[in-house]
Amino acid sequence: MSINSEYKPKIVAFCCNWCSYAGADLAGSNRLAYPENVKIIRVPCSCRVNPMFILRAFQRGADGVILCGCHPGDCHYTSGNYYTRRRMALLFSMLEYLGIEKERTRVEWVSAAEGAKFAATMNDFTQTVAALGENKRLEDLRCKR
Amino acid sequence: MQKITRENLINKAIELLDNGTVSRVLGWKIGEFAYDVTPAVFTTKEDLQKDFIFDDFCNANFSKYLIAETRKAEEKVLVFLKPCDTYSFNQLLTEHRFSREKVYAVGIPCEGMLDIGKIKALAGEGIIDVIPGEGSITVKNLYEEEKTLAYGDVLTERCLSCKSKKHVVYDELMGEEGDVIDSNRFDEVEKIEKMSADERFAFWQSQLSKCIRCNACRDICPACTCEKCVFDNPKSSVNNKAISDSFEEKMFHIIRAFHVAGRCTDCGECSRVCPQGIPLHLLNRKFIKDINSFYGDYQAGQEEGSRAPLINYTFDDLEPGEAVGRGV
Amino acid sequence: MRKFSIQALDTIFAKIAADEKLYLPVDGENGSNYKLWEPGVQMSDALNTVRSAKDFFFPQTENLIEFKVTGKQIDIIDVRNENEDFVVFGVRACDVRSFDILDRVFLSEPIDSYYANRRAHSVIISMACTRPAETCFCGTFDIDAANPAGDITCWKTQDSIYMRANTDKGEKLLAKLDGLTEECDDSAVSAQQDKTRRIMERLPLANLSAEKFGGGKTNEFFNSPAWKELSQACLGCGTCTFVCPTCQCYDIKDYDTGNGVIRFRCWDSCMYSDFTKMAHGNSRNSQVERFRQRFMHKLVYYPENNEGIFGCVGCGRCLAKCPISMNIVKVMKKLGEE
Repeated sequence: MSINSEYKPKIVAFCCNWCSYAGADLAGSNRLAYPENVKIIRVPCSCRVNPMFILRAFQRGADGVILCGCHPGDCHYTSGNYYTRRRMALLFSMLEYLGIEKERTRVEWVSAAEGAKFAATMNDFTQTVAALGENKRLEDLRCKR
Repeated sequence: MQKITRENLINKAIELLDNGTVSRVLGWKIGEFAYDVTPAVFTTKEDLQKDFIFDDFCNANFSKYLIAETRKAEEKVLVFLKPCDTYSFNQLLTEHRFSREKVYAVGIPCEGMLDIGKIKALAGEGIIDVIPGEGSITVKNLYEEEKTLAYGDVLTERCLSCKSKKHVVYDELMGEEGDVIDSNRFDEVEKIEKMSADERFAFWQSQLSKCIRCNACRDICPACTCEKCVFDNPKSSVNNKAISDSFEEKMFHIIRAFHVAGRCTDCGECSRVCPQGIPLHLLNRKFIKDINSFYGDYQAGQEEGSRAPLINYTFDDLEPGEAVGRGV
Repeated sequence: MRKFSIQALDTIFAKIAADEKLYLPVDGENGSNYKLWEPGVQMSDALNTVRSAKDFFFPQTENLIEFKVTGKQIDIIDVRNENEDFVVFGVRACDVRSFDILDRVFLSEPIDSYYANRRAHSVIISMACTRPAETCFCGTFDIDAANPAGDITCWKTQDSIYMRANTDKGEKLLAKLDGLTEECDDSAVSAQQDKTRRIMERLPLANLSAEKFGGGKTNEFFNSPAWKELSQACLGCGTCTFVCPTCQCYDIKDYDTGNGVIRFRCWDSCMYSDFTKMAHGNSRNSQVERFRQRFMHKLVYYPENNEGIFGCVGCGRCLAKCPISMNIVKVMKKLGEE
């Protein structure tokens, strides 16, 4: 199989402005490679992410969605990521209940100092999703025409 | 059969109207047939005596109606609440959706309500009379046929897994107080959790694809009280009334259930009113079950003013990665 | 009139399905609904389907046209697919009348070609009722449940099915079945019709009259104080409109797919808060007004524009499905009192 025909999953990464986005920046400035098919969306805080954002990402063709925020206790707004943690635990559990592969969703805490962790997380997540193949269970065929 | 009679309730309503405690009564109004009861506001003794009914088909939960009704006048409104309705009532109070001083709540016992859909499925169409008895009902139809059906076969889904016969809030209680029941309401959820991912997907795909986007589940829900729903907002880009390639329905039902997660009292109105027979309560109960297992037991509406699990946290909550699939 | 034995039903279905798609009511976990016939599929004996037969001509969601955007180029893609012949078997008298009502909307100028094509490519085989339900009131609108219209009318007895063609399309289909059916007189059918009509007279809603309603009654009912009381429990959901065989309002929207646009139409409901929402706002701001619109449309506005024909067929679906059991029968009785 040639490099070009290799399946590359589309990954959407929601990153909080204060920690994880800076972490991604650090990964870049340290020249740590992570797959170019990871599309980063910057959000003011991980708790800005409404469940609808996650579903919408899948609808628009994402094969995996990862949410990155400050480590619990480090939230720029004191407690935003604690709420995120509860919301996403419930949402992802619901998605799994509906038969959507649980490996397609992930929450990871990445600080501004953790460029290496950001790159490693994205590499690992991309590989995991690639093994699952295309997202068929939460797709919107209209967007694939 | 209900232990409390129509006459008991009418007398209580008239007493409270006469002594000026209330000016209006939220009650059930008799319909064309034996089963089609409509929520209504009564203001006079005559109307009550003519149209008020209380029987095995008084399913409607009045809690949500109080939001509109309490805004209409300064005087109090009388509301009859079955045990499960009191949870919704409390939850709405917690969310400051209506003013407690404007309501006179009378708790009434409930022996379980019937599902006309189940009765029709077993006894056929053409029902002209349903006569309650001890442990069973007798159904008479247009064709002079009679059928006896056991209560257990025709109770609504939510009554079969009733969680409580206890009233958590009232100004006055009629009849005897019941207890919180150790119910089997999570059995069905567990059954689905134990399926393989493929089976779960197939199950929900077949159920949710029946949806016709009528919004009845949302509009009846006592926890869905937004003045403007996101799905009705043309600017939100999600108000596609369309059923399309199965995504829109999934999104609607996931978001609907998520938005009431932690606030849903499991009153079961959503599944009761679904014209397509989708077991929507199984989505809500999954959230309730998860909340109980991740963050400790919590019953929405049990205590006025309690903090819902999704607007709360602890420092050592489960990580989403550990939580997902824990029930299985 | 032609007849065939009930044992031959599958052979007849197979013969029809050999040339065209054949749809018929099939029992499912949530009542009966129209499904595609294939060998092994059993016809339901249920009185009516949960969803009405209007879906065949006016589907809930339908793509009208697509635009594909590639760079600066926009391609228009024709997605029409309504030119396939099909047969619908087992439509009840009320639903057959509903096609009449929809025709008057969609087939008058400007003609809705999507609807028109589907109508032109269909053959409707109706089935006479023998066991009406308590919610039936088709008689109120002069529909004879024992003698439905349609391209072909069927009567089902214990052992046979009788068929009568009413239109050219029906004649043609019946001719195709010639070898499988035999000529017969209508004595068995008449006997069944008499019996059904006697039952119809005993229905709880048999005496419901629409006489007080019709064109020209707008002023009489529009400002009635009864609307407020009737609508006070209404949830504003769309159940009644979506199970209704004659509700025909729709919305046309563009869906942005990310690489183009799909223009689709989907059912809309006058019960919804965003119905009739325009640039200036909404002309019906409360549920009282929305609720009134639905029933005034069926009982007054529609007959006013359509030679006195009412926009309701008395199928009883809304009676069975309304979450709060408010329906057109209760509205007619209440307004009729005054």
